[in-house]
Amino acid sequence: MASTIRVRARSSGDTTEVQALIQHPMDSGFVKNSKGQLIPPHFIQEVVFEHGGKKIFVADWGPAVSKDPYLKFAFKGGKKGDDLKISWTDNKGASDQLTAKIQ
Amino acid sequence: MMRFVSGLVGTRPVGIRLAVTGLATAALTLGAAQIVQASEAPNPPADLKAFQAFFKDKFPKLKREDFVNGPYSMDEGLYRQWKEKEEFPPYEFALDKGKELFGKPFRNGKTFADCFPNKGIGIRQNYPYFDEKQGKVVTLELAVNQCLESNGEQPYSYVKDDMAAVTAYMAFTSRGKPFDIKIPNDPRALAAYNNGKRFFYARRGQLNFSCASCHVQSPGERIRAEVLAPALGILNAMPIYRSQWGGMGTISRRFTSCNSQVRSVPLKPQDEEYRDLEYYLSYVSNGLPISGPGARP
Repeated sequence: MASTIRVRARSSGDTTEVQALIQHPMDSGFVKNSKGQLIPPHFIQEVVFEHGGKKIFVADWGPAVSKDPYLKFAFKGGKKGDDLKISWTDNKGASDQLTAKIQ
Repeated sequence: MMRFVSGLVGTRPVGIRLAVTGLATAALTLGAAQIVQASEAPNPPADLKAFQAFFKDKFPKLKREDFVNGPYSMDEGLYRQWKEKEEFPPYEFALDKGKELFGKPFRNGKTFADCFPNKGIGIRQNYPYFDEKQGKVVTLELAVNQCLESNGEQPYSYVKDDMAAVTAYMAFTSRGKPFDIKIPNDPRALAAYNNGKRFFYARRGQLNFSCASCHVQSPGERIRAEVLAPALGILNAMPIYRSQWGGMGTISRRFTSCNSQVRSVPLKPQDEEYRDLEYYLSYVSNGLPISGPGARP
């Protein structure tokens, strides 16, 4: 199975722009299925981006975030060829991680 | 035109009746009668010319190939959002899944490549075609399921998931190739074409809309928060990731959901009438490049 994370990190000047897309159902727990039963909550709680052993971006997510969430941010200090580590953990304890190179 | 749009969002039945009257007047003034020539003998090449000329006149600033980008070529703000989105397209997951499914052998060891000409790569622009042996229009979605069934596999659902993923991959390998739909010299093929054309211009449902009411008369206009796509090139971008659906959808999904939105009872996916409709609609977009898989709001 391919990774649930897609990431693109581009460095220009002294900032690095990061875009990420994570495949996840992000069920809020308030939606019913076609039989009228509640779909149990299943959403990402924490997303962490690490660069050079330091957490540069931490997001606490909840049920209000959309399915297959996309995020974009920029940080100072990244260089071309550096590793960028992305990981997420959801409310059921599942997680995934990926290490990408900054381009 | 404004009466038409405002009638649509109105909820009282009176508003709807007014809108229908407005629509009929609009049809006359727009000269849509030029395209609807149901009483005359079918003449596909003339239809194609008239259809594409109509859109060229309606949107003189657009290049022919821009039409495949649907609403994005009609609204500057949407266009900018889309350009940004294409940096990181939402159909990527489906594309990867499609590639995986496409290459994965069936239980008998064969793959999709064995079912299609040129191993299934770069052939999207030739579908749908009229199969003289089967005596019917064969769409890409139908061909995918026929391939699965002839190899003893379970067919996919026509509307989303695996079907959308596989057709997304097949469209992706055909990007940029112009639609090349042929109508063979067979009265049944011409009849199928004509049936599709009839379906396209026939009004249906409680709202009494035809496909053409939105996608020929009103592309670029708003329907609530959405910008309507032009019928020309509308299938070139299929399958699509629709943010409204929160996922991928095939041509079957687009047809059935369009039909329920005008409050008619949709046919079954890949029903003969839908296949004929796809045949007609693809034929009149001949020459426009495949741009699928696409992303739409």
